[in-house]
Amino acid sequence: MSHIKTIAGARLTASVKNGGCGECQASCQSACKTSCTVANQKCENNKNNRRFSPKTQK
Amino acid sequence: MRGRLFLLSLEGFKMLHKYELNGYRIAIDTNSGAVHVLDKLAYDLLDYASFEMGKEAPEEAYQLGSREDVDVCWSELGELRDRGELFCPDDKRLSSFRTASAPVKSMCLLIAHDCNMKCEYCFADEGCYGGKRNWLPEETAKAAIDFLIEKSGSRHNLEVDFFGGEPLLNFGVVKSTVEYARSLEQKHNKNFRFTITTNGVLLDDDNIEFINREMSNVVMSLDGRKEIHDRIRTKKDGSGTYDAIVPKFQKLVSQRENNAEGKRDYYLRGTFTRHNLDFSNDVFHIAGLGVDQISVEPVVAPDSAPYSLRKEDLPRIFTEYETLAKRIVEDRKNGGYFNFFHFMIDLEGGPCAIKRVKGCGCGNEYVAVAANGDIYPCHQFVGVAGKKMGNVLDGSFDQGMKSEFAKADIFAKTDCQNCWAKFYCSGGCNANNFLYRGDILKPYEISCEMERKRVECAVMIKAALADEEKENDGGKDAV
Repeated sequence: MSHIKTIAGARLTASVKNGGCGECQASCQSACKTSCTVANQKCENNKNNRRFSPKTQK
Repeated sequence: MRGRLFLLSLEGFKMLHKYELNGYRIAIDTNSGAVHVLDKLAYDLLDYASFEMGKEAPEEAYQLGSREDVDVCWSELGELRDRGELFCPDDKRLSSFRTASAPVKSMCLLIAHDCNMKCEYCFADEGCYGGKRNWLPEETAKAAIDFLIEKSGSRHNLEVDFFGGEPLLNFGVVKSTVEYARSLEQKHNKNFRFTITTNGVLLDDDNIEFINREMSNVVMSLDGRKEIHDRIRTKKDGSGTYDAIVPKFQKLVSQRENNAEGKRDYYLRGTFTRHNLDFSNDVFHIAGLGVDQISVEPVVAPDSAPYSLRKEDLPRIFTEYETLAKRIVEDRKNGGYFNFFHFMIDLEGGPCAIKRVKGCGCGNEYVAVAANGDIYPCHQFVGVAGKKMGNVLDGSFDQGMKSEFAKADIFAKTDCQNCWAKFYCSGGCNANNFLYRGDILKPYEISCEMERKRVECAVMIKAALADEEKENDGGKDAV
């Protein structure tokens, strides 16, 4: 395409079919974060994905 | 920067958000998750496009450019629509995952309702959570692990956060809990992932070695510049802690091994308040300490608190996020690197749509256990009247409350339905919603505004780095 660069495809639509295994991190292990940014979590089905979220303003 | 949201209502919502930031024109297609970077013609032409767009652009659209250019661009937009990457209708299949109760797989373990610091903004009342100072006994901790294993069903990966107050005050129980959980992994086919959050005061060589060996992640509290940190994060006598803890944090990080991605899992985690609305300087300061995993997050506080964030602070906060995002782009293009937690986004390999519907999982997949064994939906609910779910010592667990929290998904939050960012934040923090609006289903608008800005910045960073790849690739694309 000459006018548009797609940097991400229809990932959400595709993931409806195979998602939901429930093995990924509980996205907001800390409700004290002021936002529950679920989209920055990793899918456990992607190899080597292990990422953890920071917690709290303790 | 300006943004625009399209909403059409035929065959379900087709939501598209377009905005300009740092010279990039970006369109986010909410329901498909597709993200596009556009040139000016395509960006402007979007105003004339829709799910129902025909093969030819409307006559008034030809004012935007030459007939040939508009035709080509219109055709490209139509192609994206046909591929389901533009004006994508909402997926009705997602609603079938609604209200699904799930096994409990994550636990926040309050190791000590006690703290050796006295931070002005602490939601946990200096670790006491509105009650008495109390340390988690070893037997209660073991009962909590037993509870988690029992309630986790077939889930393999279990997460336990050692939290407080300050968990290092009761570090012996941290160690014995890890040892106990590890001893049960094989028997129950579980994989425990531990994390710990600490203020750093009691870090020493021994606990650093243990933490780096056993904890999948460690969160170290540091607000940034010394004067900012020491203003709020003080010892009981009011003196600051910056000078004492920073060398310990640096030591811990330097001794931490890389993960499979070649990076270390840890965070230097700060809080910004009304006192430091120029918080990008705190992020840069932390990055200058030789660490590269950073999170500086907005304070959670009632409006009455002098340091709370208010609606009139938002323009400044937005500017700070933009400054931060531009700096990250600049740094990475120059070979530098630091990661800002709230700008982390994986557009292609991120969480599945079902995860995004369910949201944080508190009270359903995730619970907090207090030092007396009481169970709460998450640690921010600890001590809140009417939110106790049970107790790990007597085995009680309120399935009705669990179901109530399980239902708190993105579809149940009516304010979120027309928000283009709903699949990025998944309805926000239920505890925040409860704190600010008295209802876990009603998101707090200031938090929403900040979240939308962060997503815009995060996507812009991706666009800019994709642009960099294109340049390195010989400029294959025109955009």
